[in-house]
Amino acid sequence: MSLLTTFMSRRNSLGSPVLPFVTILMTLTVLAAIGNLWIPADSALHVSTYTITLLGKYLSFAMLALAVDIVWGYCGILSLGHGAFFALGGYAMGMYLMRQIGSRGVYGDPILPDFMVFLDWDVLPWYWLGMDQFWFAMLMVLLVPGLLAFVFGWLAFHSRVTGVYLSIITQALTYALMLAFFRNEMGFGGNNGLTDFKDLLGFSLQADTTRVALLLCTAGLLAAIFMFSHWVLKSRFGKVIEAIRDGEPRVRFLGYRTDRYKVALFVYSAMIAGIAGALYVPQVGIINPGEFAPLNSIEIVVWVAVGGRGTLYGAVIGALLVNYAKTRFTALMPDGWLFMLGALFVLVTLFLPKGLAGVYGQLITSWKRGRNRDEPPQRNQEATS
Amino acid sequence: MTLKPILQGLSFAVASTVLSTAAIAEDPIKVGVLHSLSGTMAISETTLKDTVLMMVEQQNEAGGLLGRPLEAVVVDPASNWPLFAEKARELLTQEEVDVIFGSWTSVSRKSVLPVLEELNGLMFYPVQYEGEESSKNVFYTGAAPNQQAIPAVDYLRNELGVERWVLAGTDYVYPRTTNKILEAYLMDLGVAEEDIMINYTPFSHSDWQSIVSDIKTFGSAGKKTAVVSTINGDANVPFYKELGNQGVSSADIPVIAFSVGEEELSGFDTSPLVGHLAAWNYFQSVDADVNYDFIDMWHAYIGDEDRVTNDPMEATYIGFKMWVQAVEQAGTTDVDAVEQAMIGQTVANLSGGTAVMNRNHHLSKPVLIGEIQDDGQFEIVWQTAGVVPGDAWSDYLPGSKMLLADWSAPLKCGNYNTETGTCSGTVY
Amino acid sequence: MKQALLMFGCWLALWSTPTVAETDTTSSYDDLLMALTEADLNATQPILEKIEATGHPEVLSLFQTLLDGNLHFRKADQVLLSIVDVNGTDQYTEFQSGTAIEPLGRRDVSKIRVNNNLRNFLSSAIGRLQLRSSEPDLRSAAVLSLLTTLDAATADDLAELRREESNRTVLSSIDLALAMYSARSANTVAAQITAIDTLSDRLQPEARNLLFDLERNADNPAVREAATAALKKIDGKVTFYGYVDQLFFGLSLGSVLLLAAIGLAITFGVMGVINMAHGEMLMLGAYTTYVVQLLMPGFINYSLWVAIPAAFIVAGLFGILIERCVIRFLHGRPLETLLATFGISLILQQLVRTVFSPLNRRVAAPDWMSGSLEINPVLSLTYNRLTILIFALIVFVALLVIMKKTALGLYVRAVSQNRDMAKAMGIKTDRVDALTFGLGSGIAGIGGVALSQLTNVGPNLGQAYIIDSFMVVVFGGVGNLLGTLVAAFTLGIANKFLEPVTGTVLASILVLVFIILFIQKRPKGLFPQRGRAAE
Repeated sequence: MSLLTTFMSRRNSLGSPVLPFVTILMTLTVLAAIGNLWIPADSALHVSTYTITLLGKYLSFAMLALAVDIVWGYCGILSLGHGAFFALGGYAMGMYLMRQIGSRGVYGDPILPDFMVFLDWDVLPWYWLGMDQFWFAMLMVLLVPGLLAFVFGWLAFHSRVTGVYLSIITQALTYALMLAFFRNEMGFGGNNGLTDFKDLLGFSLQADTTRVALLLCTAGLLAAIFMFSHWVLKSRFGKVIEAIRDGEPRVRFLGYRTDRYKVALFVYSAMIAGIAGALYVPQVGIINPGEFAPLNSIEIVVWVAVGGRGTLYGAVIGALLVNYAKTRFTALMPDGWLFMLGALFVLVTLFLPKGLAGVYGQLITSWKRGRNRDEPPQRNQEATS
Repeated sequence: MTLKPILQGLSFAVASTVLSTAAIAEDPIKVGVLHSLSGTMAISETTLKDTVLMMVEQQNEAGGLLGRPLEAVVVDPASNWPLFAEKARELLTQEEVDVIFGSWTSVSRKSVLPVLEELNGLMFYPVQYEGEESSKNVFYTGAAPNQQAIPAVDYLRNELGVERWVLAGTDYVYPRTTNKILEAYLMDLGVAEEDIMINYTPFSHSDWQSIVSDIKTFGSAGKKTAVVSTINGDANVPFYKELGNQGVSSADIPVIAFSVGEEELSGFDTSPLVGHLAAWNYFQSVDADVNYDFIDMWHAYIGDEDRVTNDPMEATYIGFKMWVQAVEQAGTTDVDAVEQAMIGQTVANLSGGTAVMNRNHHLSKPVLIGEIQDDGQFEIVWQTAGVVPGDAWSDYLPGSKMLLADWSAPLKCGNYNTETGTCSGTVY
Repeated sequence: MKQALLMFGCWLALWSTPTVAETDTTSSYDDLLMALTEADLNATQPILEKIEATGHPEVLSLFQTLLDGNLHFRKADQVLLSIVDVNGTDQYTEFQSGTAIEPLGRRDVSKIRVNNNLRNFLSSAIGRLQLRSSEPDLRSAAVLSLLTTLDAATADDLAELRREESNRTVLSSIDLALAMYSARSANTVAAQITAIDTLSDRLQPEARNLLFDLERNADNPAVREAATAALKKIDGKVTFYGYVDQLFFGLSLGSVLLLAAIGLAITFGVMGVINMAHGEMLMLGAYTTYVVQLLMPGFINYSLWVAIPAAFIVAGLFGILIERCVIRFLHGRPLETLLATFGISLILQQLVRTVFSPLNRRVAAPDWMSGSLEINPVLSLTYNRLTILIFALIVFVALLVIMKKTALGLYVRAVSQNRDMAKAMGIKTDRVDALTFGLGSGIAGIGGVALSQLTNVGPNLGQAYIIDSFMVVVFGGVGNLLGTLVAAFTLGIANKFLEPVTGTVLASILVLVFIILFIQKRPKGLFPQRGRAAE
């Protein structure tokens, strides 16, 4: 424990949480993978497949929270519609997985997914074409959320829609998409969504090895995105972004095209959300329009707030913690878990305004101050709303 | 320091795994209950959770099963479809339950299905649904379309002389499929295309003014008109309120519903709706001693004389009784043994007849048509002469009329194509 | 064995009915009643026809009791009982003797069942029996209930009645009935065409149905043409009234949106709290209505008058509690209020689920809100929608008056525009904050009372309206009450005029897309707040 703290604080004094974050994340996932695949089931150290899928889901959510933190924590854009980008990425992956079922569906149709067969569709709609190619589907995972974010962001930031207005229209966006995807005419399976996936790149989704590989993949991508985002946000571009958060008009007066910066960041964040969705779907086995529900998007914001805004690792911790709490509470007290969850949100907002990462930051600062009294305390990244 | 929560989380998860692995050495047979206790579906599903708990309690009072007590494990999937899959996995691998009673919506069942098939679990699904499915690991104790929709339409045609049809439903798979089946069925009977109006609305639709007014207009074209409603759950209250307010009486345009039961009606004043219809396999008003016993047991268990019973409760009751019998017959809770023992089981249903589990994992049930009364109950006005066996694959859909489900040896297939002689989908 | 004997007895009784009928009407009536308890649904109508033919003085009340679904019989001795629900308790009376008896268990009585066909028969039979009632309304209703089932004998009867009739409504109903009769079965084509011309001024659906039928199936081409012409004339009017109807639907939807959003216009619009618990305030208002009705059974008609202030107080107190315990610590951090109130909304939902169960609760509609104001047979405005529309406007005006004319309103505006300056002027900002939030929540509670009349009263009630409420407030312009009003009605009417063209779902999607695009054009809504307070 003390070793860990020392290690982390030394890193922190160098100003970067990247290395400890990535190290701990990868170590834990690799340990979990070993625990699942190579330690016999009767051993106390065995990690069950249930835990593996659960971890995979948590890490996808963590990536989604990271995406929200990038726009909210660093640029002050409170998006209540990130669930939409997540779900779109998920649908792109879901469509690929659907096409992989091939003739193993219940009706045995080699081309059409089951839900199209029993609703009498004759041909595959044009937007399903190409989705049987993995590379194409993965391209769509990035492009579809990215394009939507570009169009939406370009309109909104260009017209200088800010604050709650922006939040509410992002909510309108995800709500409209939810209604649209619920329609069966859309050809995305309506309320049932896409499910009953068989395999990914030829590997059975039910095999433990595939699950572990997916988990490792999620953790790896999360680490990579974390590092890259950290680098981006520490770069000159990132400095402008933070300046926009703290005083957009001033930055504009300095001659920066703030809207372009915001659009670029928004698109980047939407793509991350899309990737998170694409990783989420094969691990939980279903994608349906419920993912577009505005309440889900609000929940993502809550994760970030619980973990702490503007630190990246705070968002990850928040997502892991809240979702772990949900899993525990729903099993421990099925009738009363919403009380606990609700109380958690209220208490965190009241007593930990900077989230858990804020507590950590304070501890570190005071510890450092105690060690090195002459040095002025380092300015914390602070998000204003 | 930062990552302490994760570490703790992980160690918790590991610890709980260890604990539950240790716990299965204990005696009880575990019954998983997978019904939403929060979120939008809690309205309907909480009752079924209570029903299962009541049945477990009753079975324990009667001495348990195979000499072992039953223990119910309740989880809350919170009306969240991916969570259904996760919770099912939790029940099967962490809690190691022997059977699951659960799900209400089709999407939740579809979500759970791959988990059940992967881990070879056993689930009883107690709600009427669109058919087009037969899994080795699921027993469907609710009605298939041919046990609800088709007899209902026959009743309207033959007894009320209906010639013009409004098929109104919520936009999801059950209404879509049911309406497809009904459309094909009506066309077969020579109903012209312009005499069928199909309308879909989103979930929880609350403003029905325009649609009810459209229905009125459609119904004033000189032919007897009826509405076949597959409107889901909580959209029904505003729908029926609007019908009452706009003066659409059952004498002019009767509405027959497949998703409205006693529980849905207990939410509002039914006096303007008297005479509108519903088709189910059970009504609380069934005049049979076994039904009265069930109602008394329910009231005693829940401690409220005003609580109603409904069709999915009967389906849960039948499913539970059958599972108990099958386990006793097989002498074990092993899924494969119980699955085979289930086929052919008979249990007295609550309407005074006998429910039989068929080889396609669907029940044979009577079909009852009831008219809504002003006390929120149904008056049974018609019923099939005998029981109707549930049809997993509809004969009225082009994609599925050649499919057959038969889980007994030697076929053991949920979707056997009689034309090509192959079993598509998962093969066991 | 016993049962078989009983059956045999009944069979005997049935068998003997026709012979007895000739000699003694009372005993035959009794026998018919006995037969009624034995018959299954398909055999009931012939028995009822015979009962009507006896002309027994009890027939009207018998048919009425049967139609109301209150006629039962005791299984033991087949005596007819009327079981009437009076304020939640069943009162048992022997139907013929009229003596009250002790309540029986549900296994001891059986109901005489009616289905839709029987109900049709009963209401037209009651119509025939009531043609000479002293109440003009009853007479008119009686005639209208006979429209489609008129036979020659009753038509003659009606023609005779017409001579003595003085009431205009009844006369018009009789004319319609007679015109429909002649259009259908007059001897000469000329008479048929005259009758059809008369019908072309009528909007009753029965008349239209008849004309459709004639247009398609009449033997004589002249009759068919006349029917087509009459239908064309009617359709023109129907289309016009259809638009009026749509406008009313739009206004009505707008009033619902207004009631749902108006509380939020205070808590979010004026105070800047992103109040995710707003929907739960609506829910609390609806549940208060339920509890009020529970506490005063038998006074359903007055319950809403109690429920409105009660809901205001309950939701208002919850609002003040929330403000004092949570929101006041979050001043200047509006986006964080979103998180806290989201947590509160989860807690409140679960609270209601724990206290009242997750099932929907039954909230009764008072008599004066049921039914509709019938302007003509194709245009009727339902009273509950009308009441809610007027109610929404009253609440809006009242709130406007509070905000513009009272000291509290002045303080609220002062605090929301410049908190520090207001404080410097001696305003107790803490108290004003609590009262404002309480006011907004209380108004939301009142909105909940209205919603309880339209939709499910359950734990999810609030969530169904929260998004719409935010859209309305943002579209109208945060902090502007008038904007909320205009936005609510604009969205309501737009939705209702789109719906017939695009379908329900697409209409909602289009409205949302419209809002998104509109905000691009006017980033602060319809009526932007001016000055520095805007941010």
